Amino acid sequence: MTANGKHVVKKQTERWIERGLALSALITMLTTAGIIWILASESWEFFKEVSIIDFLTDTQWTPLFVDKHYGILPLLTGTLLTTLIAILTALPLGIVIAVYLSEYASQGFRRAIKPALEILAAVPTVVYGFFALTVVTPFLQNFIPGLSTFNALSAGIVMGIMIIPLISSLSEDALYAVPRSLREASFGMGANRFQTGFRVVVPAASSGILVSVILAISRAIGETMVVAVAAGQQPNLTFDPRQAVETITTYIVQVSLGDVQHNSLEYRTIFAAGITLFLFTFALNHISFRLKKRYQEQYE
Amino acid sequence: MSRLRTNRIIDSGFRYLGIAATFFGLVILALFILNILQQGLGRIDGAFLTSLPSRRASRAGILTAWTGTAWILFLTALIAIPLGVAAGIYLEEYGKKNRLARIVEINIANLAGVPSILYGLLGLEVFVRAMRMGSSLLAGACTLSLLILPVIIVATREAIRAVPNTLREASYGMGATRWQTIWYQVLPAASGGILTGVILALSRAIGETAPLIVIGALAYVPFVARSPMDEFTVLPMQIFNWISRPQQAFLVNGAAAIIILLAITFCMNGIAVYLRNRWQKKINW
Repeated sequence: MTANGKHVVKKQTERWIERGLALSALITMLTTAGIIWILASESWEFFKEVSIIDFLTDTQWTPLFVDKHYGILPLLTGTLLTTLIAILTALPLGIVIAVYLSEYASQGFRRAIKPALEILAAVPTVVYGFFALTVVTPFLQNFIPGLSTFNALSAGIVMGIMIIPLISSLSEDALYAVPRSLREASFGMGANRFQTGFRVVVPAASSGILVSVILAISRAIGETMVVAVAAGQQPNLTFDPRQAVETITTYIVQVSLGDVQHNSLEYRTIFAAGITLFLFTFALNHISFRLKKRYQEQYE
Repeated sequence: MSRLRTNRIIDSGFRYLGIAATFFGLVILALFILNILQQGLGRIDGAFLTSLPSRRASRAGILTAWTGTAWILFLTALIAIPLGVAAGIYLEEYGKKNRLARIVEINIANLAGVPSILYGLLGLEVFVRAMRMGSSLLAGACTLSLLILPVIIVATREAIRAVPNTLREASYGMGATRWQTIWYQVLPAASGGILTGVILALSRAIGETAPLIVIGALAYVPFVARSPMDEFTVLPMQIFNWISRPQQAFLVNGAAAIIILLAITFCMNGIAVYLRNRWQKKINW
């Protein structure tokens, strides 16, 4: 082969490699497209048989019973209730941690504690479910009469502990990014660290903190194993945290564990539930993405 | 004067509140783990690791579960690492400025926020049904690969971005092609960061339960999987199955299996953190 021929072969190989790499990158696009296509097409079949008005307004969800109702509301309230409890647990702790780490703690402590907090997020979620069921519920039953074995409260609290690092870490990044000059001006006016932290730095970083909270909400809505183990499997239109509830994710698990015929209406209910879940989390992620872009532009 | 004092008390009080809040989650987790060790440690012995599942709690073991987890770890690594690293290389080295790369980037950010159970629905329709893999190890590994792909891609990109341009320029100056530069210079220099991301991603895949339930992984598998096309169970599935039962003896089994799962997860995370620290110290470009 001539030197020139070798050069041509080399160039072609390079081109093929580039194509292969691009194809790998495209797989992520296909994944998104696949999820949307599957949820949409199976839900389309579902809504041919069940009117969307019933789906949104009926107060019962009993697709697996003889008397069938297809109202998503009980699953939605179950999801929102556990999510609300999780956020109420994680938000105050997460913000206090973030302000403490960014305004009070030493650099060394900061650097050591951040990976340690990440451990909370690394524990498999089924393990958290076990904690909620066997530790937190019996413990809370000492103080709260009428707390059933499966309940929204312990599942929510444990889920909250699980998402603390999500809020604390992202919020702390946002606080840390606030320019020093703002703090110095505040100290110069005689404010102490606490006042500077909560009246100057937190407001300046508010959009970053908001992003962390929105992502945490999205995470809690999509969380499956904690609620499947500890919150129960009965669709229940209630806002009483002592009762058992079923979330959208738990319902999908429940159907998957049973043997439901493929292509039956019961089978399609999990896709109708899935698309509801997808729309919620997608909207939240989109809002957070937008917010993040905006505040990043502000500082740069 | 008293106002100033109140402010001072609040200020120093918050320091303690901050420390308390920082350690709150960790202390709770430590208590949980102690509780689990107390419940389950006595249950772990040779027979527990080498027995098949059983209807009787005292005879049940996790042989099929941990071999299933090992299979899933191996297959997922085999699928997800090449794809994720390749995608990361493309986005960072080739497609930096074009529109496709920008869309892919936004898309990856979005994918990272999709609940894992929805990947299960995707796997069920695409791998289990359309591609006729059935509820096999392969279908499970494919599903989990898609789930962790964004993590690997992001880690690869960050590691590659940290490689200084002088290295690339020196390589081009010696007459190397673009791919030769990437393969012989950029990838070795970025390998520490990539490896850290890969281990963290795989540790996440091992702990996942929901998507595998959806694709039809079984809770009761009375044999050890021999090929990627076999049906399977994994540790988190076995744990979920046991702790969903009312009998105390199965809860103890669950606690014992959780100890094994946590040991694996913490080991992998520990290795990842160690590698990250070493890698960060080493580079002083």
